[in-house]
Amino acid sequence: MKSTTWLIHMLLPYRRRIILALILSSLTITSHIGLMATSSYLLARAALHPPVLDLMVTIVGVRFFGISRAVFRYVERYVAHDVTFRVLSQIRVKFYQAIEPLAPARLLNFRSADLLRRIVADVEIQQNLFLRVMSPPIVALLVLSGYGFFLARYDLRFTAILAAGFLMAGLFIPWIIKSLSRGVGHSIVALKTKLNTQVADSLLGMTELVAYGQAQSQLMSVRHTNERLTDQQRRNARQTAFSSALTWMIGNLSMWFVLILGIILVEQGKLSGVNLGMLALGTLSSFEAIVPLAQVPHHLEQNQAAAERLLELIQAQPTVKDHQSMISIPKDMSLVFREVSFKYGEREPWALHRLSFKIPQRGKVAIVGASGAGKTSVVNLLLRFWEFDQGSIELGGHSLRDYSQQEARNYVGVVTQRTHIFNATIHENLLLANPEASDEEVKSAAQKAKLHDFIQSLPKGYDSFVGEGGFKLSGGQRQRLAIARVLLKNAPILILDEAMEGLDPITERDVWEEVYKLMEGRTTLVITHQLTGLEKMDEILVLDKGQVVERGKHGELLELNGVYRRLWNSRVG
Amino acid sequence: MFDKRLIREGRSVWRFLLLTISLSIGIALLAVAQAWFFSGVVSRVFLEGANLKETWNFLLMILAIIITRAIFQWGSEVAAFEVASYIKLNLRERLLKHIMSLGPLYTRGERSGELISTVIDGIEALEDYFSKYLPQLLLAAGIPLVILCFVFPRDWKSGGILLVTGPLIPIFMMLIGKLAEKKSLQQWKDLSWMSAHFLDILQGLTTLKVFGQAKNQTRVIERVSDSFRSSTLSVLRIAFLSAFMLEFLATISTALVAVTIGLRLVNGTLSYSSGLFLLLLAPEFYTPLRTLGLNFHAGLSGVNAAARIFEILDAPLQDENNDDQTVKTDIPGLSGNFRITFQDVSLTYQAGGTQVLKEINLSINSGEQIAIVGPSGGGKTSVAQLLLGFINPTAGNIQINGVSLDRISKEKLLNEIAYVPQNTYLFAGSVAENIRLGRLSAGFEDLVKAAQEASAHEFIMKLPEGYDTYLGEGGARLSGGQAQRIALARAFLKNAQLLILDEATSSLDLESEKYVQEALTRLLRGRTALIIAHRLDTVFQADRILVMDQGQIVEAGTHMELVREQGLYHSFLKEYRGEIG
Repeated sequence: MKSTTWLIHMLLPYRRRIILALILSSLTITSHIGLMATSSYLLARAALHPPVLDLMVTIVGVRFFGISRAVFRYVERYVAHDVTFRVLSQIRVKFYQAIEPLAPARLLNFRSADLLRRIVADVEIQQNLFLRVMSPPIVALLVLSGYGFFLARYDLRFTAILAAGFLMAGLFIPWIIKSLSRGVGHSIVALKTKLNTQVADSLLGMTELVAYGQAQSQLMSVRHTNERLTDQQRRNARQTAFSSALTWMIGNLSMWFVLILGIILVEQGKLSGVNLGMLALGTLSSFEAIVPLAQVPHHLEQNQAAAERLLELIQAQPTVKDHQSMISIPKDMSLVFREVSFKYGEREPWALHRLSFKIPQRGKVAIVGASGAGKTSVVNLLLRFWEFDQGSIELGGHSLRDYSQQEARNYVGVVTQRTHIFNATIHENLLLANPEASDEEVKSAAQKAKLHDFIQSLPKGYDSFVGEGGFKLSGGQRQRLAIARVLLKNAPILILDEAMEGLDPITERDVWEEVYKLMEGRTTLVITHQLTGLEKMDEILVLDKGQVVERGKHGELLELNGVYRRLWNSRVG
Repeated sequence: MFDKRLIREGRSVWRFLLLTISLSIGIALLAVAQAWFFSGVVSRVFLEGANLKETWNFLLMILAIIITRAIFQWGSEVAAFEVASYIKLNLRERLLKHIMSLGPLYTRGERSGELISTVIDGIEALEDYFSKYLPQLLLAAGIPLVILCFVFPRDWKSGGILLVTGPLIPIFMMLIGKLAEKKSLQQWKDLSWMSAHFLDILQGLTTLKVFGQAKNQTRVIERVSDSFRSSTLSVLRIAFLSAFMLEFLATISTALVAVTIGLRLVNGTLSYSSGLFLLLLAPEFYTPLRTLGLNFHAGLSGVNAAARIFEILDAPLQDENNDDQTVKTDIPGLSGNFRITFQDVSLTYQAGGTQVLKEINLSINSGEQIAIVGPSGGGKTSVAQLLLGFINPTAGNIQINGVSLDRISKEKLLNEIAYVPQNTYLFAGSVAENIRLGRLSAGFEDLVKAAQEASAHEFIMKLPEGYDTYLGEGGARLSGGQAQRIALARAFLKNAQLLILDEATSSLDLESEKYVQEALTRLLRGRTALIIAHRLDTVFQADRILVMDQGQIVEAGTHMELVREQGLYHSFLKEYRGEIG
């Protein structure tokens, strides 16, 4: 229900256009009724051999309806689609505004690209909202009252027949079909999901399937699911066919009853025979308004489900909230973690447990450990993406909580493999770090990051597209782009978050040179599971399961002959 | 729009296709009959003053026709579904089978997503082609002709109007459709471009926040969305034009027919009942043509989907000769003593691409454990892929006991190899099902034993439902180390002679690291192994180490020999171990 109100709320700002579209849609159907009704009226009048001039008005009427239907249809489509796209645009903006504060903490569970795509699809599906859900019932009602009123001028019982037919075909049949197909719809969705999973398993896990000789049995199970899906789709198709045949039949039966009533009235002299064909054919034509109603419950369900998924995100509360009136200016660029404990959820284990360390201004500290040790959590807390549970974090002598999220982030530059490269030009990707930067500044940052020569070699230089739609950057180039961004941002605190992940040793050595330069004059925190380049660190913390198990300088840790030593010894290309 | 290969698919279900079409033609004939009885009744009541009793028989006939028509309509839709569903079922299976036969290399990388959507949505798009478009195409040609047979004998003028305007509809449809097709393709591109843009922003939200640009994106989204609306509408205007023409031709000619008949009635050259009959036939004449126009899009997307489907089906298989007589089945295989040799093996993934392997020579004897090390992109994994038969060498020869690999039954060969890939894929299913992949026939006890040997039993028992815990999307999430131990359990269960191991590159948590190492040592005991190594422990244990760089084996020997050689291996160790190595 909540989702329906939300959807209606989205439509409200465009009510004028919507009303216009509804009227045009009704007029389109009315033209159809008009064409068949006036045509048969014309024929009946002509059969009485009047002078041709007497028929002129009727002839003009026939011609008018012959043309007007197409015109109304054209304009109606235009207006309706215009409204639809406006609504979609509105939903997109609302949706973005709502989820922007949630990222990334609340979106953690929605990380997979598949889900992001669903977010896109769920917005897109609202295309049907006006065209296929809202409009058909209202138009049917308008047509019913319009033509019903026309029929009432001859006999109220005609209107009763029409209303009964509309009620049967427009409400009763969709309702029956819906209750019949309740189970089917669900099992079709479930089986489609299952088929999808199995096909994805077959393709993504093909290496394992082929290597273990299970390709054949996997194909068999896909076939089995496919057959079950077909069975359900068959049931669904039969029901749909049943409903459309029944709807069609009710339209014709209504015409039949109007005809019988008409014959009786003619017999009684209460109706002129001239009108007999007109009333019957007009009735049949008016059922055009009913046809789209059969699909309304189906589309409504889809729209509601999609809207609920959107609302779930829109109404989520961000994890980190800014306090009011916080104006803190850091005294220096030191960073202190005091007994910080943090978990991602109530029932999750500690991601960090009583973590303490201090980086003085321009100090260099590294945190090493295997994946899952809690290294990334440190970054997430520092960037205020998450709220820690116990202890305190201080930036420049003030609690981190005394800064707004944006302020805190302003002091921090991050070089990470996870840096997103946007589908835009290289120039725009760099400018992101500092929209006010001049072309010279951008160029100089790229030069310092040793990216300039590569950019120059591209056909369009700084205006070349990167990301999915354009050039693919290699691992080393991504890193350099991230470095150039940090240079442009010129933040006093630097975080290197798995910055060398996935680089081969030669590239890694090159990138380290740039990184060392970047560290000069900055407070630096290095997060890594690879142990290269750590000799220059003031302190190294070895993290395992959120706790510090060893700490000290590189040489000291090697001599300790413990975990750090083991990590050091274990890797080769 | 009339894809020959698609039509060929329809052959196997021609009975249902025929049923659909005959029922539809039956419906058209019934419509003619209904129109005839209807005009008869109205005419007799209106002009001859007949009462209800006198027209009752006619009215009952109309009622019977209405009911029969509804039944026929239901039947034709059901039959059309059968056509579509049979073809979908069949084609989906063939497509998936073909992709599987193409092997893991075909699906690697970003391609898999597109392939999945072709197997699922691409095939689904064929439903409307077969259930709506194709029958309608034949009906649009047939039914109007049937109607004309009834119109012409009564009034050649009305027949003329229908005959002239009727063909205009498909002609206009094709003309505008061609234009709209191009435009709608453009619009489709715009739409996917906008979706991609939206997705891009969502995926980069964290990066945007780090740089304080997230709030500004609202305006961008608004702007993009709005420019999309106006560009789409200008495109849609043309698409609507085709609907306009369709509608316009049908209604204006009905109006023309009505006026023509009306004038003839005034002159008395036509009876009222014939006139009304003709008027009622006019919409019946246009309906199949209009329906075809409405289903034009279904036909279009069906043909587009089919193009992609057949493109995949046309991709040639690696070794078509595998089913041939040349395959020897009496090869002793890898159960006894064996020797695998690579002779001058070169490999290029795509014609014209870079050589991944350059004239490699190597041999693996039963009982040996060989480690391959080297920088990423050096060709290490390709050696494993060749041995598994996922791809054939571009040049050179791989032999087992002197018999060329392409003459050995692939299935039989794979039976003797346990492969542990770099990234373990966990299938949607229980833990037990995931391990059972190693040997489907394995009993539960064997399964637990394999898990124990892989050091996986303990963590599995800690999962909410033990061996029945659901893995995969939405299921329990395993850490990298745990997933790897599941993969090792598969290998234990398979108990093959030859082990091919691609070690995981990402580091494991300390506990997993220990367990994986223990399990690996157990697994390697008494087996022949080819290991693509990322850990020094494994390298030390190997009988021989091959150092690969840029597609070539640059050094080979034991650890001590290679250290003495002071070559690439040596500098590798130095790179990772500082000065100590």
